[in-house]
Amino acid sequence: MIVKRSELTWFERLYLPTLLSGLRVTWRHFFNTLFRGKVVTMEYPEQRWVVPEGYRGAPYLVKDQEDRTKCVSCQLCEFVCPPKAIRITPPGSEVNPDTGNVEKRPREFEINMLRCIFCGFCQEVCPEEAIFLMKDYSLTGTSRKEMVYNKEKLLSLGGVHQDPVQKWKQKAREAREQEHFKPA
Amino acid sequence: MSTATANDPKPAQPPVETLRIKIDGREVEVPKLMPDASGRLQPTTMLQACAVAGIEVPHYCYHPKLPVAGNCRMCLIEFGTPMIGPDRKPVLNEDGTPKIARSVLPYEPTTPRGAIACATPISPGMELYPGSAATRQMRESVLESLLINHPLDCPICDQAGECKLQEYSVEHGQATSRFVETKVHKPKQVDLGPRIMLDDERCVLCTRCIRFTRDIVGDDALGIVNRGSYNTIAAYPGAKFDNNYTLNTVDLCPVGALTSKDFRFQMRVWFMKETRSLCTGCATGCNILIGSREEKVLRYEPRQNDAVNACWMCDTGRLNYKWIGREDRLIEVRSFRSGARSWSGTLHEVAESLKTAAPGSVAIIASARQSNEELYLLKKLATHLGAVTDSIAREGEGDKLLVNEDRNPNSNGARLTGIAFTEMGIQVPKIADGIRAGRIRTLIVFGEDVTRHGIDAELLGKLQTLIVSDILPNETTRRAHYLLPGCAHAEKRGTFVNAKGRLQRFLKAVEPRGDARPEAEFLQELLADLGIAGGTASPTSFEGLFNQMAREIPAFAGLEWSRIGDLGVNVPI
Repeated sequence: MIVKRSELTWFERLYLPTLLSGLRVTWRHFFNTLFRGKVVTMEYPEQRWVVPEGYRGAPYLVKDQEDRTKCVSCQLCEFVCPPKAIRITPPGSEVNPDTGNVEKRPREFEINMLRCIFCGFCQEVCPEEAIFLMKDYSLTGTSRKEMVYNKEKLLSLGGVHQDPVQKWKQKAREAREQEHFKPA
Repeated sequence: MSTATANDPKPAQPPVETLRIKIDGREVEVPKLMPDASGRLQPTTMLQACAVAGIEVPHYCYHPKLPVAGNCRMCLIEFGTPMIGPDRKPVLNEDGTPKIARSVLPYEPTTPRGAIACATPISPGMELYPGSAATRQMRESVLESLLINHPLDCPICDQAGECKLQEYSVEHGQATSRFVETKVHKPKQVDLGPRIMLDDERCVLCTRCIRFTRDIVGDDALGIVNRGSYNTIAAYPGAKFDNNYTLNTVDLCPVGALTSKDFRFQMRVWFMKETRSLCTGCATGCNILIGSREEKVLRYEPRQNDAVNACWMCDTGRLNYKWIGREDRLIEVRSFRSGARSWSGTLHEVAESLKTAAPGSVAIIASARQSNEELYLLKKLATHLGAVTDSIAREGEGDKLLVNEDRNPNSNGARLTGIAFTEMGIQVPKIADGIRAGRIRTLIVFGEDVTRHGIDAELLGKLQTLIVSDILPNETTRRAHYLLPGCAHAEKRGTFVNAKGRLQRFLKAVEPRGDARPEAEFLQELLADLGIAGGTASPTSFEGLFNQMAREIPAFAGLEWSRIGDLGVNVPI
């Protein structure tokens, strides 16, 4: 499709009226800031923006209230991640007695924050509620390597998620209770 | 009927007696008899008839290679049979078509009564309704019942992604569970044997594993213990599930109950690339799928080929992949004479040294683990140099199912290409004598450690030139003057001829590491440098190389790379 460029009128070709109308906005803000104390800009980074509810910032890993790493290394986030920012190293076949009835926990979990597009698919796909997009938006580092956050860093930034269900704990409790009724 | 077919002049296509039935209203002609798990002809079942018509009936316990058990009930379908009147004549509709009586519960004629498609034979005029509302409802109910005590722990289950419970839940399942009671908890992380870990909670009690190990392997190791909802798969008390075919039960298990200790928690299956390849453990040549991710081989799985390995492979072969990714792989091309570290430089030096070699002063020891193409090129080199060639025999204990006594995957290929004689390794002592007497001054070794097969390190020291190509370091590679790093079968393409004379091909799954290159590639360059291949006649592609070999070797006459297919072809041996 070819869009025809319309001819400018002589008034428009002067440019000055448009320029002046723009400057009017600038002067209005200048006047308001200087004399009426109505500030429209911010002294970033000393002053920070209040992040609204539902904002999609950096994805971090969480632990539950009993200090259990909630991620079980199902790798669905790695699969769904559109820019392939997530990389998980599964635990391998050795039985880890610390994991209890969960059996599985990532050996390593890396998010490349330079690649992350903050889409929130990882949070949406997670069947264990182990990864959340938090409110951090200004991630900086001095090297590319530094911007690849590992498991330890992600967990410390993510903090604790109050899990009302705690399904694995409940499963373990159920199994323990049934031991009395189990056939020999 | 069977005698009639035996006398048929064209045994390839005997006339098959067929039945006409209707499947979801579509008229289909299916054979009256079809082979069962043991290969004997039996009345065709509903499930087989549906398969002929291209309709998949969901099932858990049924497996085409195992005896029918009929215990999962997932393949229930609604059906109808032609009505017979009191006069033993078919009842007809007004338009003259036979009237069909849908199967219903006795004394409850409004409730459809399904039949398990895996074990119910078809009869003439029968109508099957695998797509009807009643069938769908039966499947939903069966699935709901199977999921009652299922832990729904897909995030930590290795089967996720290739799980029949997941697949059928998507098609026939319900979004929410009506079961509010506490689930029965069963043993988890059960150490069933040295290679198998069992999670009893996930089991749907299809008994595929029990039937496999009892009827196919002949090791009656597994069974079901306890009663009712406490039914549990277990090994015989005090015994371990430990035969050479245990890992096949992991493939057979439609859910995640039986897991491989080796592959457990290594990688989610949906990340893996699957490559059609061959097992190199013995001369059987089991067809496999190599599962790899990011140039790392993670598992082997058997691939169905009824002419070779059916659906199975042995545990030894399946776990024989870790050497491919070993840290000490040979990854540097080296000329220890001049210090050259490039392929072109080293190959040129090798060619120069071979050009000056006196006729009859060269010997070649190739490996029967190499592909036909490589052996064919080596034979060409040997003919040009007037060299004596042989390979190394590798014997072991065989069994009645799959493992062959010959542990070389391509002994017959070595014989057909003319590298080795019927009795493999017969020339090796003569080569050793030749080196000792100083007749043989140059030795070319491919993929074998000759110091373990009669040509010791001292003898190797007497050689003027030792040219070695291998994958892993050994005593021979350490003494090489020219070291050419080769590729594992997973890193290249090629063909093997198995013990029964079946020519099969394997494809490339991962990239070779470092300098390593497919042997066929650098051998072609070497031959060109020596002026053997003959300018424009030399093939430029791997397919071309195979086709050239097929034209020159009588046993492969008429073959082309594109015509081998995934299942291979028989060649005269």
